Amino acid sequence: MRRLPATVALVGLLVLGIATAPPAPAAAEQARVQISDVEDEVMCPVCGTLLELADSPQARREKALVRRLIDEGKSKDEIKDELVVQYGDDVLAVPEGSGFDLSAYLVPAIALLLAVIALAVGIGRWRRDDDSRRGPPPPGPADDGDAARLDADIARYDL
Amino acid sequence: MGTRSFLAFLGVCAVIALLAFGLLSKGSATIEIGDRAPDKVLPTLGGGGSGSLADHRGEWVLVNLWASWCEPCRDEAPALEDFYRANRDRDLVVVGINVQDNSEDARAFVGEFRPTYPQLRSVGDERSEAYGSTGVPENFLVDPRGRLALIQRGPVDERFLREYVEPLIDGGRG
Repeated sequence: MRRLPATVALVGLLVLGIATAPPAPAAAEQARVQISDVEDEVMCPVCGTLLELADSPQARREKALVRRLIDEGKSKDEIKDELVVQYGDDVLAVPEGSGFDLSAYLVPAIALLLAVIALAVGIGRWRRDDDSRRGPPPPGPADDGDAARLDADIARYDL
Repeated sequence: MGTRSFLAFLGVCAVIALLAFGLLSKGSATIEIGDRAPDKVLPTLGGGGSGSLADHRGEWVLVNLWASWCEPCRDEAPALEDFYRANRDRDLVVVGINVQDNSEDARAFVGEFRPTYPQLRSVGDERSEAYGSTGVPENFLVDPRGRLALIQRGPVDERFLREYVEPLIDGGRG
């Protein structure tokens, strides 16, 4: 029982140490957004290309803004939100999930669904055609009565 | 026509309609002299208010679409300010509309050139599209009835303003 206070104190110190320890530099570095992470998901609205491919005066200012937002510690989503505030919805390279842009998601999904349905129908037809070409199914194994009759027939015709 | 052919025809029509809708909905407007000038209430560049061309009905309005990253916009800014100062007592106002820009750069531009005429801000290039604009700067003279009197798809300078804009204003006034 004398060990209990010492154990409690040790656990307390450990918990306190974990809680107040500074984050590991590697983890902090990993959390920081890289400009390349953003540049390939947003547009240079004036050029009509991805920002990472653009080098126009407007693109250079947009990249400078992204760099500044990164330096301020903003997350990727926060940076993209700010770009929308500054340049409008057209700055996003990935289509929105509403309005006409929704078709970017719906059309491939519908096409995939139709392809799956067509494939299923095609396979069903192919199997039915294959079955009809093979003719009637082979008879199952003979029962005991049939086997006895067969043996008798063979014995009768045995030369 | 069999059911299958009819369904295939419908599918092709649907795809063509979808593509056409996409192209038309993203396209820029076409405007001509005599058309009503595109207008919309926009926030002022400095914030804390809004404005539109309708605020200046009864006056000549020289609309200047600009962006801070645009070198010709920098070149024409002093001429526009001089023109505004020289003509503001003659029922003429210049209205700058900042487009395709970020607000911090735009405010820095205004801090550098210190235009005294109203400055509005359009997010992205929505206003550029409304004017059928293909770049910056572009300038549009709007008569007191709100109709386009001059379209200059490019920068202006002191000579252009004197030779092309002033005669229209003087003629309209006469």
